Amino acid sequence: MELHINDQTVSISAEPTLPLLWVLRDLLGMTGTKYGCGMALCGACTVLIDGQALRSCVLPIDQAAGKKITTIEGIGAMPVGAALQGAWQEINVPQCGYCQAGQIMSAFALLQAKPNPSDADIDAAMSGNICRCGTYTRIRAAIKQAANQGGKT
Amino acid sequence: MSAVANELASSQGVSRREFLLRLQAMGGLLLVAHGLRIAKAAPPDPPKYGAEGMPHGTVDNPLVFLSVGDDGWVTIVVHRSEMGQGVRTGMALIVADELDADWTKVRVQQAPADEEKYGNQDTDGSRSTRHFIEPMRRCGAAARMMLEQAAASTWRVPAAEVRAVNHEVVHQKTGRKLSYGALAKQAAKLPVPPREALRLKTPEEFRYLGKGGVPLADGHDIVTGKAQYGIDPWFKDMSFAVIARSPVLGGSVKQFDGTAAAAAPGVQKVLQMPETVATAKFHILAGVAVIANSTGAAIAGRKLLKIEWADGANGSYDSDAYHAALHESARQPGKVVRESGNVDTAFQSSAKSIEAEYYIPHIGHATMEPPAAVARIVNGKCEVWAPTQAPQVTREDVAKHLGITPENVTVHVTLLGGGFGRKSKPDFATEAALLSQAMEGRPVKVTWTREDDLHHDFLHTVSVEYLKAGVTADGKVNAWLHRSVAPSLATIFDPSINHEVPAELGMGFINMPYDIPNLRLENPEASAHCRIGWFRSVSNIPHAFAIQSFVSELAASANKNHRDYLLELIGPARKIDPRSQQDSWNHGESPERYPVDTGRLRHVVETVTQEAGWGNARAPGRGQGLAAHYSFLSYSAAVVEVDIDEQGRIKIPRVDVAFDCGPQVNLERIRSQLEGAVIMGLSLAMFGEITFKRGRSQQDNFHQYRVTRMNEAPSDIRVHLIPATDWSIPLGGVGEPGVPPIAPALCNAVFAATGKRIRRLPIKDQARRST
Repeated sequence: MELHINDQTVSISAEPTLPLLWVLRDLLGMTGTKYGCGMALCGACTVLIDGQALRSCVLPIDQAAGKKITTIEGIGAMPVGAALQGAWQEINVPQCGYCQAGQIMSAFALLQAKPNPSDADIDAAMSGNICRCGTYTRIRAAIKQAANQGGKT
Repeated sequence: MSAVANELASSQGVSRREFLLRLQAMGGLLLVAHGLRIAKAAPPDPPKYGAEGMPHGTVDNPLVFLSVGDDGWVTIVVHRSEMGQGVRTGMALIVADELDADWTKVRVQQAPADEEKYGNQDTDGSRSTRHFIEPMRRCGAAARMMLEQAAASTWRVPAAEVRAVNHEVVHQKTGRKLSYGALAKQAAKLPVPPREALRLKTPEEFRYLGKGGVPLADGHDIVTGKAQYGIDPWFKDMSFAVIARSPVLGGSVKQFDGTAAAAAPGVQKVLQMPETVATAKFHILAGVAVIANSTGAAIAGRKLLKIEWADGANGSYDSDAYHAALHESARQPGKVVRESGNVDTAFQSSAKSIEAEYYIPHIGHATMEPPAAVARIVNGKCEVWAPTQAPQVTREDVAKHLGITPENVTVHVTLLGGGFGRKSKPDFATEAALLSQAMEGRPVKVTWTREDDLHHDFLHTVSVEYLKAGVTADGKVNAWLHRSVAPSLATIFDPSINHEVPAELGMGFINMPYDIPNLRLENPEASAHCRIGWFRSVSNIPHAFAIQSFVSELAASANKNHRDYLLELIGPARKIDPRSQQDSWNHGESPERYPVDTGRLRHVVETVTQEAGWGNARAPGRGQGLAAHYSFLSYSAAVVEVDIDEQGRIKIPRVDVAFDCGPQVNLERIRSQLEGAVIMGLSLAMFGEITFKRGRSQQDNFHQYRVTRMNEAPSDIRVHLIPATDWSIPLGGVGEPGVPPIAPALCNAVFAATGKRIRRLPIKDQARRST
């Protein structure tokens, strides 16, 4: 099976029902995408599939084949991704940091759809991503800061 | 001598020494050990406090903790575990400050488990910074003086004429400069100056401490997906395991059929977990492991296991029935743990008495990174990669289970994707090592699924707190009876323990600092039926919830302003010796050095109410609630504001926190820890509950174990740090003390907004209007 991940094509052999998360993490060693719940409840495993934020823990690999997959390892190549990563560091968003890859992926999809999101937009886009350390106020601030940069780094 | 020590020593079948070994893992219980030693031998050793009371104490050798390269890069070794509290930034910052290093030329390196080399590594109890600020300052100062001496020798001038300034040594008379990199080789050959010769900076000279504005050491790696957690190490030939564990504590595998699982795609091996080793501190649970070529394949294979469990004695554990039993216990006299005056006669002379009972259920840690670890064994030597808060305990437990010496176990401490106390118990690392052994040493990663995490956690205790106050005609409290009933976390070391141990009693229960003439505090018996462990803030959570809710009830009953009532109850500013409160623990710290300072407690109450606009008129449905609590040697107060609609749905627009931890090292991380404490406190207050039926945890995943999400979190959290008047004040903790006031402040706010009292957590729908 061929996968297009972060502008590279890789070949893998796996059960078609195996979730993309485990293909990335266990077969390919791309561990930036995190496991958190396995039921699309926490958002830690969020990746972009053709630009849409999806939970890779419940996405069978055969549904990702042939599509454009973007992970936290590749998001910085795009201006909005780099702006988010910069804002996250300037505002010192992370505590333990484990959920932040998923948070940044969801924020990226939000800014693609709404370059200047309201608080309600942020709530709607980000409430599927749990942060147990409780960095929500800083995530909100970082999204607004990245939005104000308009994807310019 | 501690009564607990007696209880421990008289328990059947386990030696005193073994108890002490196990209890060492709890750090705070070391006073039990001192107590035993005093009882057995005279003359007694003087008690050791703080870091020196912990296993392996401290090390302050700069050659252990830092190096300077020819290229000028300074590498600082951090020996405590990073779980979001910022210790990799803060600890390195302390060394860098005394070294007068340029922070942009500092690298942080994580120490492996080796307490003889680095000193104690147990990262819990909110004590890394307070225990290691002084040794780390000495490391930095010694290295700075070595660099200065190297420059002075080069220039053939007295050392007193040179000065280290921001990664260079300067000869002030001539303006000559040499970089740290240029001096590194020569400095390394010099003897380390003895402790008494060190010149530590004055606070005015600090470059970083207390200044803020320092970015996170791991910030870039985290946002780019490069950061390595315990779930992340990856090798080409590695196997991936999940384990089906006994759903009931103490249960075992009666029989199992792994045929279908073994035949599932990608599955490499199915095996029963070995029996646990009795002398290990943290036991693994009975179960059956499925090992595969990916975690996903192992999870799919595990679903095909057929296991018949023997549940054992805890198979009837039912949390509703247990709540009822705790309630009954709380209505009976229990072991008296603190008493002054005469409560019984005072109640008779009171104008009225008020009583209330509070309940907090089991709470799960639910770290976003579930327990996970990787192990491999090569030529009889085991390497473990683990997100552990207890590196040395991990090393010892793995060695015991493999039947090898600790010297043959290397524990690489990864970043922790959340800890909160769960990852002080490294059963998951032991599992990885045993499964690597079963796979002839090849690397094996064990991942706990979220279901595993919520079913088999070392849960926060469950508690009933009964309070009764006698009040005079003018509303003053003249009698106070408090019964705290909760199974002890010490039961994971000895299931027969049925009272709170000193470390639990001393978490806001017996060291309650109110100015009340007659009081009696009791601790009736309670036994444990699931694994209980320390959860961020530990017993402070139920104690603060009960006491801070009750004070609000008393104030309302007396028609007084809660703030004024609380300040009156705290009484005048004074320093209370914890021994006078029958608190033998005092967070393991010296009672002289760390008294309970009611002046500081008053100050956080005054600050937070002033900043939050306490007492201002509010719209209908809005209300503010207040709570204050002293824990981990720090003083914390919170005002939570709620906005409750017609249906009783709670919104939390704003939370203010005032916090006094003494001198502040990394301002930015202190603020972030307190912001996080607000969210964790709101989570447990609104939603946090693990329930049991037939001995089994009933919550599987985040749809049943809810935690606060972005749309439910306050958009406005304001942290008001109280500046220390003086760096000679000893440091308090930061990671935990922000949590306890949040739940009572929230419930008091719900009362202010609606008149409804919440005495049972979680709140869930209790504020909803019945229609």
